[in-house]
Amino acid sequence: MPPDLARFDRPVVLTDPGADVDLPVLTTTVEKMVQWARRSALWPVTFGLACCAIEMMAMSCSRYDIARFGAEVFRGSPRQADLMIVAGRLSRKMAPALRRIYDQMPEPKWVISMGACASVGGVFDNYALVQGVDQIVPVDVFVPGCPPRPESLIYGIVQLQQKIARSRM
Amino acid sequence: MIRALVVGFATTLKHMFRKPITVDYPDQKVPMFPKYRGKQVLMRDESGLEKCVACGLCSVACPADAIYLEAAENDGTVLAGPRYASVYQIHKTRCIFCGFCEEACPVSAIFMGKDYELAVYSKSDFVWDKTDLLVPIPLSSVSRTPAAGTAGADA
Repeated sequence: MPPDLARFDRPVVLTDPGADVDLPVLTTTVEKMVQWARRSALWPVTFGLACCAIEMMAMSCSRYDIARFGAEVFRGSPRQADLMIVAGRLSRKMAPALRRIYDQMPEPKWVISMGACASVGGVFDNYALVQGVDQIVPVDVFVPGCPPRPESLIYGIVQLQQKIARSRM
Repeated sequence: MIRALVVGFATTLKHMFRKPITVDYPDQKVPMFPKYRGKQVLMRDESGLEKCVACGLCSVACPADAIYLEAAENDGTVLAGPRYASVYQIHKTRCIFCGFCEEACPVSAIFMGKDYELAVYSKSDFVWDKTDLLVPIPLSSVSRTPAAGTAGADA
C-alpha cells in the first residue's frame, strides 16, 4: 500500500493528506478545510445502469461498507449529490438523461466511470451504446473491470479523494 | 405486546455482540480465490526469457478486441523461439477479464493475475504495455540470461 493511502485511515484524522501530516485543523487554511470537508462526504447519486450497479450496491452494504469513507448516502435526488458513479453501459437513448442529471447536480461535482462499458464501451462496440461516458460528462476516475470488485470501486473512490485533496479552489 | 417488545430488543441486543463482518478494505484485503481473474501477467521461462511467441491467438480470442501485438524476428536475446512480441498492449478498460486469452495461449505465456486496484485518472493511462505486464526477471536466472551478458552458454 502506498504511504498516501495509509493516511486515509478512519476515523478521519483532522489533518490534510496533501500537506503536512502534523498540521492541526485549527491552524490550517480555509482551502485545506474545504478540501477535507468535500472529500469526507462524497454523496453519490443513485445511477446504476447495469450489472456494475450490483457491485456498487455490494460496496455500500455492510461487508465493504462505504460509510467508512462518508460516502454511503446514495441520494435519489441529484440536488443532494456530489458524486455520480456511472455504473454500467450507457445507451444513446439514456445519454441525454445522464447529462440532465449531471447538470442538475450542484457544484462541486465529480464523476466516476465504473467498469469497461461505461469507460470505453467494453465488449459492446455497436451503434446502441455510447463508447465512453467521457463523451457526455467529464470523468474524474475510470475504474476498469467487468464488473469491478467492490474493492476496486473503493480504490477508485480513494483515488478520487486524493484528487480532491490536491484540488485548488 | 410486552412479549413482542422483549423479543425485538433481545434480537437487537444479540446483534450488538456479534463480530462485525465489515472488511477494513484499504488496510485489510480479502484474499482472492485461486480462480479470480485480475490484471494479466506475461510469463517468463525458467531462464528469464519471455514465453510469448507472438502467434496472436490471444488477440483473436479476445471478445473485446482489447489485445494488440506486433511480432518481430528474434535475435536470441528476448526469447528462445524465432519470433517474439515487440509490442504487446492490453487495453485495460476494454478488457473484461474473461480469461479467454489465457485459454487460447498455446505456450502458457499469459495468465490472469490477482491485481484489482486498477483505477486511473485519464484516458492516457488506458493501455498496459509490456513493461506493465511482464513479470520481473527471477533473480536466480539473471546471470544466465543472454541479454545480461555472455553467460548464456553455461545455462
